[in-house]
Amino acid sequence: MRSFINAEKFIALLEDGMSIMVGGFLTNGTPEGLIDLVIESNVKDLTIICNDGGYPDKGVGRLVVNNQVKKVIVSHIGTNPMIGTLMSEQKLEVELVPQGTLAERIRAYGAGLGGILTQTGLDTLVQEGKQIIEVNGKKYLLEEALGADIALIGGAIADNYGNLKYNKTMRNFNPLMATACKVVVCEPRKIVDKINSENVITPHPFVDYILVGEYND
Amino acid sequence: MTDKQIIAARIALELNDGDLVNLGIGIPTLVANYVPADKTVTFQAENGIIGLGGLVEDETEIVNAGGMGASILEGGSFIDSATSFAFIRGGHIDVTVLGALEVDQEGSLASWIIPGKKVPGMGGAMDLVTGAKKVIIATKHTNRGIPKILKKCRLPLTAAHQVNLIVTEMAVMEVSKAGLELLEVHPNYSIEDVIKATEAELIINKVLPMKGLSDEN
Repeated sequence: MRSFINAEKFIALLEDGMSIMVGGFLTNGTPEGLIDLVIESNVKDLTIICNDGGYPDKGVGRLVVNNQVKKVIVSHIGTNPMIGTLMSEQKLEVELVPQGTLAERIRAYGAGLGGILTQTGLDTLVQEGKQIIEVNGKKYLLEEALGADIALIGGAIADNYGNLKYNKTMRNFNPLMATACKVVVCEPRKIVDKINSENVITPHPFVDYILVGEYND
Repeated sequence: MTDKQIIAARIALELNDGDLVNLGIGIPTLVANYVPADKTVTFQAENGIIGLGGLVEDETEIVNAGGMGASILEGGSFIDSATSFAFIRGGHIDVTVLGALEVDQEGSLASWIIPGKKVPGMGGAMDLVTGAKKVIIATKHTNRGIPKILKKCRLPLTAAHQVNLIVTEMAVMEVSKAGLELLEVHPNYSIEDVIKATEAELIINKVLPMKGLSDEN
């Protein structure tokens, strides 16, 4: 069940070598306050799972620049040249995943599924090392489910129960990641008394902690 | 009209009333400017908008798939990434328009990696090319004189055998089982010019002047 925590308690949740899912699309909907605190904690060797590599000065890109990341699992790194540089120097492992496959792998993990079958990536580099399964005469790639130790959820409006809805396009990967991690922490943009039950996107049992403080309106 | 405008205006003629359309970044984005007034087309942005509107400077809460400030039209909706790619991979997108590094006469596309040089990642392109009902490639005919329309792509593929139509500033070409057919040529060029600028073998039956070249809209 959700509880409200402050910066100090959040930092206490972090450990070297953790896998962290971070919501947001080109940093729209990324919880920048939680990223600040991960930087402050200076935990190392992180695996970061996010739609993209963010920018050098924004989003998960800041963790890469701060040398805290061992591996990124993302669909796109074009907006953060630092990732490409570190990758070619073999200082950072990069797993590029088609965006829809990334979304579905995360959704599958959260739903207790072992993986998904998709035609995306067939006959491309994405296929390498993966099983091909034929169903009703069509070929599919087996893509394994993807979970993580902790999810950092942004772009949300939370209520006092810990229910979440999301602000405009800030929804993106956030509700999927909130289902797929051992611990889920949300940095809401705003906390309201109650969200109408019909409008809740992430029900409170998915949410463990809500960060309160200077990060909320 | 500039080369980019010629390509965008010609592609707009391929859109039908009621279509759900996803436009990639670059030349494809310009297609929205040329949709005829008598057609209603709904645009999807893969970060999570059905009913994408025009760009809005300084907007930070609603962004398009390129991370630029954008708007949503009346009747539109914000969706999460899994729902967004259910549209894309589930065959609910009528047309996608994407750019290319290389495209070939078999309908295969390369657009996400130049090994050893540039690795932006595939983002949602692999999903779009695999899942959309119709795939249109918007590209300059050559890369500074070097053909981009090839017999067989040399760069790693985005997807194999999925492209339906290729539109350049010189020509319109359709991929079919028989091969790549030259349908239209811009009046500034001859059929011979197009053949010279193309590595792929072109099937030439009846070639028309390129449509959509009036400066209206």
